[in-house]
Amino acid sequence: MQASRLKAAVALAAAAALAVGASGCAKSERDEDSGGAKTGGTFVFAGAGNPKNFDPIFNDDGESFRPIRQMYDTLVQNKPGTADLQGALAESWEHDPEGKVWTFHLRKNVKFHDGTPFNAAAVCFNFDRWFNMKGAAAQSQMIYYSDVFGGFAKNEAEGAGEPVYNKCEAKDDGTAVVTMNRYKGAFPGAFALTALSIASPEALKKYDADTVKQNGDSFEYSAFANEHPVGTGPFTFGGWDKAKGEITLNRNPDYWGEKAKVDKLVIKVIEDENTRKQELRAGTVQGIDFPAPADRKALSGEGFQVLDRPAFNILYLGFNQKNPKLKDLRVRQAIAYALNRQQLVQTKGPGGTKVADEFMPDTVLGYAPDVQKYEYNVDKAKQLLKEAGAENLTLNFYYPTDVSRPYMPNPQEIFTVLANDLQAVGIKVNGVARPWNGGFKDDVQQFGKQDLHILGWTGDYNDPGNFVGTFFGRAKVEFGDQAMTEMFDAITKADGTVDEAGKKAAWEQVNRDIAAKWLPAVPVWHAPPAIVVTKDVKGLVASPLTDERFNTVSVG
Amino acid sequence: MLRVIVRRLLQLVVTLIGLSALVFIWLRNLPGGPIEALLGERATPERRALLVKALGYDQPILVQYGKFMQRLLTGDFGNSIRSGDPVTEVIGRAFPATIELAAAAMIIAIGLGVPLGYLAARHRARLLDNLSIAGTLLGISIPIFFLGYLLKDVFTQNIHWFPPSGRISTGVDNTNVTGFFVLDGLLTREFDATADALWHLILPALTLATIPLAVIVRITRASVLDVLNEDYVRTAEAKGLRHKTIRGRHILRNALLPVVTTIGLQTGALLSGAVLTERVYNWGGLGTLIYNSISGGRDYPVLQALILLAALVFVLVNLLVDLSYAFIDPRVRVR
Repeated sequence: MQASRLKAAVALAAAAALAVGASGCAKSERDEDSGGAKTGGTFVFAGAGNPKNFDPIFNDDGESFRPIRQMYDTLVQNKPGTADLQGALAESWEHDPEGKVWTFHLRKNVKFHDGTPFNAAAVCFNFDRWFNMKGAAAQSQMIYYSDVFGGFAKNEAEGAGEPVYNKCEAKDDGTAVVTMNRYKGAFPGAFALTALSIASPEALKKYDADTVKQNGDSFEYSAFANEHPVGTGPFTFGGWDKAKGEITLNRNPDYWGEKAKVDKLVIKVIEDENTRKQELRAGTVQGIDFPAPADRKALSGEGFQVLDRPAFNILYLGFNQKNPKLKDLRVRQAIAYALNRQQLVQTKGPGGTKVADEFMPDTVLGYAPDVQKYEYNVDKAKQLLKEAGAENLTLNFYYPTDVSRPYMPNPQEIFTVLANDLQAVGIKVNGVARPWNGGFKDDVQQFGKQDLHILGWTGDYNDPGNFVGTFFGRAKVEFGDQAMTEMFDAITKADGTVDEAGKKAAWEQVNRDIAAKWLPAVPVWHAPPAIVVTKDVKGLVASPLTDERFNTVSVG
Repeated sequence: MLRVIVRRLLQLVVTLIGLSALVFIWLRNLPGGPIEALLGERATPERRALLVKALGYDQPILVQYGKFMQRLLTGDFGNSIRSGDPVTEVIGRAFPATIELAAAAMIIAIGLGVPLGYLAARHRARLLDNLSIAGTLLGISIPIFFLGYLLKDVFTQNIHWFPPSGRISTGVDNTNVTGFFVLDGLLTREFDATADALWHLILPALTLATIPLAVIVRITRASVLDVLNEDYVRTAEAKGLRHKTIRGRHILRNALLPVVTTIGLQTGALLSGAVLTERVYNWGGLGTLIYNSISGGRDYPVLQALILLAALVFVLVNLLVDLSYAFIDPRVRVR
């Protein structure tokens, strides 16, 4: 027994030596393969987590959307590198004056990966499928759909509200007419959402896509979602090797748009941020996402391309007005004056971070250039606190741990700086650290245990409602469940304005009033997240919406 | 003997049922949960309510537990909350990865540890012995996380001898037969894959082997020293028996008893070490799974199954240790 174990150890050592040798050979052969090639080859990108599945409508996170974006198209898409719209599966579109009837003129000669034609009937099949989705399990996973369209044909959730969607008609092969019950500011931007990608009706039916089985306390998705996703995109599904943690996509030679330059796209799941960086340095992956702010300089110094995405997010400091002291506008304003946001940006923000004066980036319609700005002013803060009789204020400040979000790469450091600012004007701060999924979101958004907290958001499409409406369009526990009816009504009205000029004016006024009159939170900063690729990767366009499509990418 | 085994197995069943109830209730009382993880920044009260209803979290906890046990009896552990894959499949994928890593680490630890410990004892208080004592002290006290990152930094970033992470390189074709990549390559005659998998295995296995290696060296050394002072060894030497015979039949056979116990105990420690090691090397085994199931949003079904599995392994290993005792030491059998 002893001897055989020793032998095994020796064998392992021998095999290891062999392996090192063999891999050395393998490496050098591979280098020659891709040397100087502009097309072909493989692009390996490191994902930070497993996708949930590949049925667009049931997903809402970046790791699932990354592969989905390569396999599917939407009716409308974001111009590469911006949040502006351009045609995709629909070459053009228009709506009636009320904003209820949307007509899409579709691209001709487009085929799904399974060879079936893309046409108006296929578009309507998708819209009807979403609207008629049955069962609590399925509906609970359609986050973006319910965001945009409210309710379903048969609502499983109480309070889902009146459905926005009414019907879809295929006028002819190339024209789909979608009728809504009412206008929403989300249109047309929302038609570019990855979740609303158009899938092959044949494949949806064949692989039973609508069946989300409930099994005890979890769900089971269909074969369509797991093994047979079929869209019209520049890459087709090659496979998901879960033991290896690799998703393989192949070039779609029949793509209607710019055909992919690489033959193969591999998304390799590496959960640990540090390891992603090391794989990049070892040359085993050619791209990583969301590098830590501290690493950016180092990586570009080493010759990697650190591509900054235009910031399409916001970090804010929220007030819980359940605390009567915070119900006093003067106290909220005092806190806004007390924060040295400029310094925070310089010391803790990734390069290119800007102080935020409003709760949306300045590229979004309705951004008002003339809102009240709260420049750092300790005296003013102290004076306001005095006026409000809140000089001995003690506040619980909640911040999340073990998480890094694009708008908040380093929550703990951000908290420390902000808390110091508050203490400098005489406010006592009790910092409460909670794990992101282990209490922070529960305590802040469900139970409202905090007085102050930091949180934020990355926008989904170019619409003020997606930012301001999401935060302040209704009473939320996060801000103390306050019935700030004046604010809610103003937002509802702005969101429902169809005409562009009127909409712009309405939102500008909302932004002015939020800053001067309501101040439910303090906007802190807009931080541009980065995406990093090796020197020999060309053609990757960083998108503010993290909507990067890899068909334009070449390696070598 | 058989009676002992049957009794122990019955105890095991009772233990697991009690544990399952505890784990079920404990998990659901932790702050945070799958709902928050699934909804992210887009949580609204309506959405939360719908998901609670869809997942059946609105029912009394005992009803939920009853349903869980009902399904468990049919061999259904449920599905991962995030991916929707059956839990058995999720664990089945991760299990071979961890076993491969743990086995490699154990081979290194035993293969090096027993001879080293024996030699240290035979050369007591000389240079080799002192070196081994210093080495083991370092091995036991160095945090596995730190060692992992250190080895990785040196051998993958400064000297490019090994790959930084994963079990196999992108682009290496491997057919998944058993889930043990090293073995699969041999079975399917894809020797490239075997070589590549071994190449990926070395650093993590060394990292994980450090603690058990140090412990085995120490125990072997102490145990051999004890035996060396026994009368029967002196007798054997006096009888002029061949050195080899003395080493095998008299010294090692008697000295190995505590070592076997230690190996058994170390197996449990190995699994906890694997969690950290896998995290460092993105190994994709049970360790990674545990970490992701906790931090990535409390995947209850996966966690429940993992904890029960860990308990099962722990109890079975203990049983095996006891049985091998009986095998090595006749005195235990009489009891």
